This record gives sequence, structure tokens and C-alpha cells, in this order.
Amino acid sequence: MQEKIPIIQIEDLLLVSIQVDMYDALALQLQDDLTNRIQETNARGVLIEISALEVVDSFIGRVIGNISAMARVLDARTVVVGMQPAVAITLVELGLNLEGVHTALNVSRGMALLRRTTP
Amino acid sequence: MPKAVLPDLLQKYRQEILDDWLRQQLAAATMRADLISQDQLRAQSTEFLQRLEAAAKSGDTADIQSSHWAPVLELLGDLSRARGRMGFSPSETAGFVFSLKSPIVSRLRLEIGGDAAALFESVTSVSDLLDKLGLYTTEVHQRAREEVINRQQLEMLELSTPVVKLWDGIVALPLIGTLDSARTNVVMESLLQQIVDTGSDIAIIDITGVPTVDTLVAQHLLKTVSAARLMGADCIISGIRPQIAQTMVHLGIDLTTVATKATMAEALRTAMTRAGYRVVRD
Repeated sequence: MQEKIPIIQIEDLLLVSIQVDMYDALALQLQDDLTNRIQETNARGVLIEISALEVVDSFIGRVIGNISAMARVLDARTVVVGMQPAVAITLVELGLNLEGVHTALNVSRGMALLRRTTP
Repeated sequence: MPKAVLPDLLQKYRQEILDDWLRQQLAAATMRADLISQDQLRAQSTEFLQRLEAAAKSGDTADIQSSHWAPVLELLGDLSRARGRMGFSPSETAGFVFSLKSPIVSRLRLEIGGDAAALFESVTSVSDLLDKLGLYTTEVHQRAREEVINRQQLEMLELSTPVVKLWDGIVALPLIGTLDSARTNVVMESLLQQIVDTGSDIAIIDITGVPTVDTLVAQHLLKTVSAARLMGADCIISGIRPQIAQTMVHLGIDLTTVATKATMAEALRTAMTRAGYRVVRD
């Protein structure tokens, strides 16, 4: 059976906590699952918690950007929370500034941000 | 056999060579009477001659890297490092070894002066040996200096990148000195770590102390800002002097994606407002 990253629904928000090392297939699976869940639940916001993520490559970085863009098309705001300094530096060095993605330091601030920005 | 001559010679004329050598050293232009006392010099010289004699007895004089010479090299290394710290120059340190040449050579002449070929061979081998030992002191001296320089560089890196917490949720990074790639990395890492540790979502980068901003420095700054944003913290760049503002515009550096303020005070005011504080005067 293939590994899956759980998606937890909290009221009208979806919380994704990435606790394992990401590999390409897993990232694409997450992208699939998440877009489906947004449509099913009519979620207004998505929190992606990546504080346990220690290694990223350009592909994972791009998938995170893509997920955010896809969620936006489905009318949900995405906030990436808890990024490690090393991960942030890597992404910047790779030239992936994730321009359209909202970020926050931790889950509670991310939630506050979503509550503020979503109507 | 020149190899056998040196140990015997050192043993036979132990006292004479030492006295001669000390006289040489004291008379030499490189003698630093202000840095080292006569007693110290005598102790060091005696010790060196003892170890030299032991090493010459047991090993060949061609290869000073062999284990027989380890005690001699150790003594020279300590001596060179100590003298380097005391302020001796490399040539003054090497002079310690080189000045031993003439006492030994003059004793060689006394001993085997009649046989020109043997004398020549002995002098060459002694001279070679002492040259190597002298150069070794210079090498150690140099290495000790380099260690000091490296350590100071590291210390400077740390000294120059303090991250200060200004208020709950607001940190500031006053940058002083030129920003190069190595420093940018240190700055970036310490700022990002501090953002995590203090849970701050606003960071003020103050560049009042940065003398010049060129495209490279600007790029480094923007990288830092982007990385902080990825973690969920907003950056404000403050302390941009008029000349720097002019250069930046002339160079076509685009800072429109970053909040910039002229002074740190202004940046703090903005940060407080964003964090929801109101400053009221009684």
C-alpha cells in the first residue's frame, strides 16, 4: 500500500502536516488528494505544516507552489507554516521564492492569517 | 663518515659549542634582549643541543621527518610558537638555529681540518640539517600566524552579526561592514534562527553601517528577505543613506518588493503598527 500524507479538516480549513521525507511520488499524491479534498469539503483555507521537513529539492519546492496556485483556483487560500531556516535558504538559493504563497511562523499564526484574509 | 662525526663532535665539545653559540646569539643583530632574558636563552639552547645530540646519534641527518627527530622538532615548534607570540619576527626565530652553524663548523675544522674532502662533506651535511631545522621554525611561525588570522576572522564574523530582539515579535539585525557571500550566509542563518527562536514575524534589517551597496550586496539582501518571508516573517530594510538610495536607483536595483525605511526609528514604528501596538505618550 502506498504511503499517504493525512489531510485533517478543521471546520472550513484543511490541515496538512508533513512529517516524513518528501519524495516526488508522495508530493504528487498529496497534490491530487488535496485538490480533491478542497472540492469535496468546500474548504476556504489550507495550512501546510512543514516544520519536520528538513530536505527539499526544486521539485518539492515547485509542487508546494503549484498546490498553492491550484488551491487558489478552487477558491482556497494556502499558508505554508513552520519552514525551517535551512529549507528557506535552500529554496532561495534554488531561485524558488514562492511568490504567491502565504507563509507564517506556526500553525496558530497561520490560522489567524487565514481567518483574517478569507471572507 | 660524516654521519658519525656530528654526534661525536657534539658530545666532545658540548660546553664549547654551547658557549660559542650563546655568544653568537647575544652578539647577533637579531638578538632581542627586550623580549628574552639571557637565562631563558641559555636554557633553551642547552635543551636544544641535548636533543640535537640525541637525535644525531640515533638517526640519519638527511631526513628530519623521521621519528628520531621528533623531540627536536617538538622543541623547535614550541619555541617558534612562543617566540611568535612574544613578537619575534620569523627571521629572528630562524636565527636561533642558523647561528649554531658557525660554532659547529669551526669545531669541525679543528677536528678534521686536515682532510678537505671529509670536511667539505661534513660541513655540507651539517649545513643542510641546520637549514632544514631553521626553515621548520619559519614554517611553524607562519602556521601559528595563520591560525591567529583565521580565528580572528571567525570571531569578526560572529561579532558583526548580532540579532537583537526589539519587542515581542520584532527582531532587528544591524549590519556593519561590507556584505560578502560568506557573511551573508552567516547573517542569513543567524537571522532566520533568531526568527524561529523568538517567534518573531517582523525583522528589521538596518544597513546604516554598510558602507557601499552594489548589485551583489543588494542581491544578498533580497535573498535574506526572501528566505525570511518563506518562513513567515516580514522584513523591513532601514538605514538607507541618501547616497546609497541614489546608487541603488542608478544601478537599477529593484527593492519594490521589500518595505524600506530611511531610519531604524521609522522602521520600528511601522513594525509596531503592523504588530498591532500603539505608542502613546503620557
